Formats: sequence, structure tokens, C-alpha cells
Amino acid sequence: MEMALLYIAGALMMGLGAVGAAVGIGILGGKFLEGAARQPELIPLLRTQFFIVMGLVDAVPMIGVGLGLYVLFAVA
Amino acid sequence: MASEMTSSAYISHHLTNWTFGVHPEHGLGFAHTAEDAAAMGFWAIHVDTMLWSVGLGLFFIWMFRKVAKSVTSGVPGSTQNFVEVIIEFIEDNVSSIFHYKNALIAPLALTIFVWVFLMNTMDLVPVDWIPFLTQKIGEAFGADPHHVYMKVVPTTDINATLGMAIAVFGLILYYSIKMKGIGGFLGELAFQPLGKWMLPFNLFLEIVGLLAKPVSLALRLFGNMYAGEMIFILIALLPFWAQWLLSVPWAIFHILVITLQAFIFMVLTIVYLAMAHEDH
Repeated sequence: MEMALLYIAGALMMGLGAVGAAVGIGILGGKFLEGAARQPELIPLLRTQFFIVMGLVDAVPMIGVGLGLYVLFAVA
Repeated sequence: MASEMTSSAYISHHLTNWTFGVHPEHGLGFAHTAEDAAAMGFWAIHVDTMLWSVGLGLFFIWMFRKVAKSVTSGVPGSTQNFVEVIIEFIEDNVSSIFHYKNALIAPLALTIFVWVFLMNTMDLVPVDWIPFLTQKIGEAFGADPHHVYMKVVPTTDINATLGMAIAVFGLILYYSIKMKGIGGFLGELAFQPLGKWMLPFNLFLEIVGLLAKPVSLALRLFGNMYAGEMIFILIALLPFWAQWLLSVPWAIFHILVITLQAFIFMVLTIVYLAMAHEDH
């Protein structure tokens, strides 16, 4: 029973993290394209900022995925 | 190699580090199993993480020094071009983010970016090569091959990423106190968001914010690289003809992840140090 709970916990950690990341980066990507469409000459600058903020948005979900995989494989 | 072991044994084999420490029964020595390593407790060294991270760090220093020694303003060689591209890239970022006078920040940013990038690229080496090689070497030295562990990517070891993050955290504290003085720094922690009379609430908020910086730095790099390597290990469990179908696209995507994580670790270090230098 305890093992099954660990698998559910790992899956939840990764699943909820993925939802957060998908929504966050979806909105971010949309805004990036909007900005790029409005001012194409700023694309290099926008792209750098996009990657920085995408890294930040991605941080907590990836921590969730990392810990979820740890729970799934190293603990269970 | 994966065939004679069960899949979970194969996975856990690839996840255990080559640890050296004091075992309660066997005394000082290498851990033979993951349980041994756990029994060694806190004061055990992950030899493979240290070996690879220090080795890659020295390679970085040696290469950049060699190029710096033979720098020519005439026709530059290919390595010099490559190094110049990296240095200019770092210089642009540092000068755009960090607006104070500090000679340590740009070299620190360069070191973090290139070192973390080198450690991350170890993840692109096929999962079984180096552990298989070390097993053969281990056998030559008479060790039981199943007890020879080698985790090639240092950044998938939480100790390495947390170690770097704590070093950055030390710098943040040092420069905060140096630039704002003890009073200024504690004042920033205690009186910041809601003025003097809400001190306990302020302090809690600011302390959490301060501790979140190194922890998020370390766990972000660890999470990304651990997940990346885990996917490679899982792909390695598939029948060999299916592996190419999956590991090639994942490796290509992983090249972006590797550079991005090194870049973000560097940018956030500069941003945090810039915040430490800020004087209200």
C-alpha cells in the first residue's frame, strides 16, 4: 500500500507541475509573439528575456519533476 | 548490460554515486551498495561527482588560460574566436544587469556559465559508456563489477548544485553586509515591506525570500538535469532498435536545456549580487 502511495505522490508532483508550467509558458509565449509582432526589431532582446523568464517559470515545475522522479525511482 | 539486471536494479545502479566514507561496520572505504552509502551518513564524499566537477573545472581553467596566453590581436585561431564569443556574451549580460563597480562579478559569471555548461554536457554522453568503462577498470582492480558505481553528470547530484548555490549565497551575504553595513542589511530584512511596527511579519517574509534564492538556484539546476538524465536512463531500458527513435530528439532538446540552465544560473547569480549591491 505504502509503495502505491509513493507512486501516486510522484505522479501528482509531476502532473500538477506540468499543468503550471504549460499554462505559464503558454501565456509567456503568447505575449512574446505579441511583442515580436508589434516590434520585430526588438526580437533579439525579447528572445533573451523570454528565455530568462521561461527558465524562471519552469523552475518550480522542474523542481517538482526532479523530486517526483526521485521519489519514484530512488525512494520507491 | 541492461539485460541481465532487472529494470529497477539497472535504474538504481545508474543513480547511486561512487561514495567514500566511514561505514559504521567496515570503517573507512568505498561503499559497495547504496545501503552502505546511506549508512555512511553525512560525512561521505561522492567521489565521482567531485572527480568530474573538479576535472571539468580544471579543463575550463586550462583551456581559457591557454587561449589567454597565446592571444593575438592579429588573425585569431578558432579556439580564440570561440573563447572571445563566450567572453563577449558574458560581458554583455553582466554589464546590462550589474551596474556597480565590482571586479569579481564578470569572472564569476564566466566561470559559472562555462563550468555549469561543461558539467551539464556530460549528460549527452550515452548513459552506459562511462559506467561500463569504469566497471571494466574496477574489475581490473579486482572490485566486483556490480558494486562499481559512476554517476557521470555532477549536476545531477544535489550536493554539487547546492554547494554552488551556497557559495553564491555566501557572496550575497558578504556583499550585502559590505555594501550596506550590518545595520543596513538587517534593516532591509526587518523594516522592508510594511514599515517598522510589523517587524515579525517583515522578518519572516524577508528571511523566506532570502533563503529561497540559493534553494531555488540549486533545485532548479538539479531538477532539470536529474529529470533529463532519468529520461536517458529510461530510454536505455528500451530495446536497442527503439532507443535511437527517442534518445536523439531528447538529446537535441536537452542541448537547449543544458545551455539554458547554465545561462539562468549565471543570470540569477548576477541579479542576486546586483540586488545585494543596491543601496537605498
